[in-house]
Amino acid sequence: MTATQERPALEIGKDRRRKEDQRLITGRTRWTDNITLPGMLHLAMVRSPFAHANITSIDTEAARTAPNVVGVFTGSDFGAEMGVCINAWPITPDQKTPNHAPMPSDRVAFAGEIVAVVVARTAAEARDAAELVDVEYDELPAALDLKKAAADEVLAHPDLGTNKSALWVFDSAQAGTGGNVDEAIEKARGDGIVIEREYRQQRLIPAFMEPRSVVVDPTGEQITMWSATQIPHILRFALAATTGVPESKIRVVAPDVGGGFGGKLQQTPEEMIAFAVARRLGKPAKYTETRSESLMAAHHGRDQWQKLTLSAEKDGTVTGLKVELLADLGSHVSLVGGGIPVLGAFMFNAIYKFPAYQFNCQTVLTNKTWTDAYRGAGRPEATYAIERLMDELAAEVGVDPLAIREQNWITHEEFPFTTVAGLEYDSGNYEAATEKAKAMFGYDELRAEQKQRRDAGDPVQLGLGISTFTEMCGLAPSRVLGSLDYGAGGWEHASVRMLATGKVEVVTGASAHGQGHETAFSQIVADRLGVAFEDVEVLHGDTQVAHKGLDTYGSRSLVVGGEALVKAADKVIEKAKPVAAHLLEASLDDIEFEAGRFSVRGTDQGMAIGEIATAVFAAHNLPDGMEPSIDSEATYDPVNFNFPHGTHLCAMEVDTETGETTMRKYVCVDDIGNIINPLIVSGQVHGGLVQGIAQALWEEAVYDDQGTLVSGSFVDYLLPTAADTISFETEHTTSPATTNTLGTKGVGEAGCIASTPAVVNAVVDAVRHLGVNDIQMPCTPERVWRAVNSGGDGGDTEGAAMPHFDESEPGQDSTEGAGA
Amino acid sequence: MIPAQFDYLAPTSVEDALAALAEHGDEAKIIAGGQSLLPVLRMRLNAPEMVIDLGKIESLRGVRDDGDAIVVGAMTTHHDVRTSDLVREHAAIITHAVSELADEQIRHRGTFGGALAHADPAGDMGAPALALGAVFTIAGSGGTRTVPASEFFVGLFETAIGEDEILTEIRIPKHTGWGAHYEKFVRIKHQWPIVAVAATVRVDDGTITEARVGLTNMGNTPLRATAVEEALVGAAATEDGVREAAAKAAEGTNPPSDLNGDSDYRKHLAGVLTRRAVLKAAGG
Repeated sequence: MTATQERPALEIGKDRRRKEDQRLITGRTRWTDNITLPGMLHLAMVRSPFAHANITSIDTEAARTAPNVVGVFTGSDFGAEMGVCINAWPITPDQKTPNHAPMPSDRVAFAGEIVAVVVARTAAEARDAAELVDVEYDELPAALDLKKAAADEVLAHPDLGTNKSALWVFDSAQAGTGGNVDEAIEKARGDGIVIEREYRQQRLIPAFMEPRSVVVDPTGEQITMWSATQIPHILRFALAATTGVPESKIRVVAPDVGGGFGGKLQQTPEEMIAFAVARRLGKPAKYTETRSESLMAAHHGRDQWQKLTLSAEKDGTVTGLKVELLADLGSHVSLVGGGIPVLGAFMFNAIYKFPAYQFNCQTVLTNKTWTDAYRGAGRPEATYAIERLMDELAAEVGVDPLAIREQNWITHEEFPFTTVAGLEYDSGNYEAATEKAKAMFGYDELRAEQKQRRDAGDPVQLGLGISTFTEMCGLAPSRVLGSLDYGAGGWEHASVRMLATGKVEVVTGASAHGQGHETAFSQIVADRLGVAFEDVEVLHGDTQVAHKGLDTYGSRSLVVGGEALVKAADKVIEKAKPVAAHLLEASLDDIEFEAGRFSVRGTDQGMAIGEIATAVFAAHNLPDGMEPSIDSEATYDPVNFNFPHGTHLCAMEVDTETGETTMRKYVCVDDIGNIINPLIVSGQVHGGLVQGIAQALWEEAVYDDQGTLVSGSFVDYLLPTAADTISFETEHTTSPATTNTLGTKGVGEAGCIASTPAVVNAVVDAVRHLGVNDIQMPCTPERVWRAVNSGGDGGDTEGAAMPHFDESEPGQDSTEGAGA
Repeated sequence: MIPAQFDYLAPTSVEDALAALAEHGDEAKIIAGGQSLLPVLRMRLNAPEMVIDLGKIESLRGVRDDGDAIVVGAMTTHHDVRTSDLVREHAAIITHAVSELADEQIRHRGTFGGALAHADPAGDMGAPALALGAVFTIAGSGGTRTVPASEFFVGLFETAIGEDEILTEIRIPKHTGWGAHYEKFVRIKHQWPIVAVAATVRVDDGTITEARVGLTNMGNTPLRATAVEEALVGAAATEDGVREAAAKAAEGTNPPSDLNGDSDYRKHLAGVLTRRAVLKAAGG
């Protein structure tokens, strides 16, 4: 009882290797597709090859009689028990939202939509039989091009009468957060500077490593669904809300999940179909998508046209910003698809002191794969636009792009700062991050080299790109979500269970899918309760274990879920204190808690928290009337978003003869407040940078004029590997968040948000003296070459794949040659 | 991704493989390293009833010296070609090109003969084989015949190999002491080339005396840039010396347009890349 213990070294701030890595890296763990249940059936989907068509007939006879086929179902075989895919965020009261049946029976609205499901005893037999389902379609004209769709030239859903889903507007004059933007622009047309640009956010595919997979077991009292999802709790809600099965009868488990990037923030048709089929047949059922299906039918991201008008005084002081977006929803308004561009609404003004601001977003339905969250979700689009515009303004004024930013940004003395979009930025120091980044980068030397190359007419030019980004993350204060008509709150739940052996079980409502929560959360609890890191176990991702939660996305798990954990741990200490006083025979007022030990002030008497836990378990000797438990839980609703920021500097070499771009140097100094685990942060930053750079240079989901996804394999959807990137130099400055106990800010999306404009700014900067002021993303060598040689932004991507796997090409269905 | 069901044979001799091919005819497909066929099967773009695997025929593997030529067995893996001293010494352009082919995993599975027989115009082996004047040995029921590279590539994924025939070996005339460089233009490293140029030259005292130049992905087949080769003879191995000759690279070509670049961009690239390839091959 009087055992003394050394104060353990603080865990927070330690470069802990991730607990998860052994099992995740070796693959010796439970992914959804590894799950095999007795009597389990396998599903294969029959998907529409057409972007828009009426289904005239579906002949399932041949498939039904194929070996070991148990059933073939179409949409008409199910009634209301199939449920629907919900839209949880209608952004306006009059939003047009087409019904989203998981398996429509009358009309398909994108190429890849499911029209039938085959159930067989093995996955191979299901796939074979799926080939035998004969669907006849009556093709309809498809709405494909975003701008044409916005003009209602062809309707994606003829019954709706329009493709325009919702118009969402924020105006600082109306909101009382700033002036009238049209007046600011008008004034600038007379005596200042007006920059008008139109930027394209190309369509991207999240391309997580583990394809989506779902297993449903209807044989217990509860129906259990395992799914490779980011959102087990939201998924359970959606299943219950739309199928009529009580929420209490559904258990959703997200076992180890191999990445999501927002792509698994969805309630999918595949999950709904597996749920319905398993219930119908009374047997466990599994569906795992192929990579081709994943690229085609898992939701896509971004896809906007951004019309931007920035006004400034002659000296470059910004006076107004007007944003007019067209956002491609694809075929349906998915879970939060309509809200994604709105998440950018508050971020176009970024770190700059715009006196007037207006944001208009028109969401548009097309006959392409539906879009939804993708790493950054709304904020990369905003950051790209403003950081590109600031470079354009600098060029117009004739000053260095860093100088124009410094002239307009919020200085560190001005925090907390209420922006023209109505957000309160709690902390930050743009000057400090920029100064550090400049020094690391060797900014002045690189500028000198750039000048020398320009003067010499070197075929390889050098460009420097800047992104002084900020973002809002830690989704989200529930009252703000309510004001935006989002269908849920933004709180998070945690509980701390003190086990009899002195070990600690932590349950979080966040649902990790590669982030490292088990490690970081253990570090937080170890420090808070003064127990060993190894003695903390973090449980998550199962609605029966973590009964309450809102899952993982929007850089929220640490800043919201971590704070819930702190509050739950503090409650454990508060509950344990009277027990300690009782056992130590001291007054409650004399009990102190430090480093895991309750002690009597002024004595050497004390007990470790683990000893208290054991005593509470035994319950032999507790204060009168005390409940024999010190377990605690907390639900935390954040009081504000938090606002990571940073200065990213990128040097790109551009070969003007070929248009090839080569990254020379990338430096970033991010301010994400206090850091729990620098190693995990480093992983998040590096991964985020590559994903953002990939948007700038490589990735693009391309459709042909029939609405077929041309970049339907990794041959044509260019995902970079380590071989395509350089070593990044990452550093930090620290302005702790003032709105949570730990002083942390989100980091999951920061790299991805910041890096895209840094790269494109560098590419444009390299060739600006050749008359170029924009290159459309991705900045392919061809686009760069065309921009240099014939002006413009490089033009659209040809809607044709390389023919390696094209069935129409000769040789592939003949027996010629020796194969390869 | 599950292929349709197929039967599988793995004969241990060329004779047995030919017999199997004769027996199954149209329904059979030959598999070498499987790096192109397997994706096609898995995506169900093709569903042969019989797959005949040449992987167990030992006689088709390896590189040997044969006087004025080296002979590469059709089933020699890219990795074995890459690490072959004989290839490096006498056909360095192949070593250069195969080192750029896909990635290490694919180089350990894919084969030299399989890649050539598949005849993907974006494949990396065609242009060097064509440039070096390789001769293809093809076995059929009536014995073997040889086909020069200039007649081997017939069209997109089409070669001179008949339906009942098997490519067994590739004979490559020695180009001992020639400088070589494969200039491959890609957006990401593991991609098929958008355009590539295989150049190998003999340089005497700063002057190019002989040149062979092959083009990858500039048409339905690998192409030989004969106009460039002729113009290079006698040219100084300098930037200015080769510029005019290299500019002829795209003459008469009809490259594809796809999401990596339009036809006219590829034509432009061919000229630039040829100049660079020749200069590097010449040690410049």
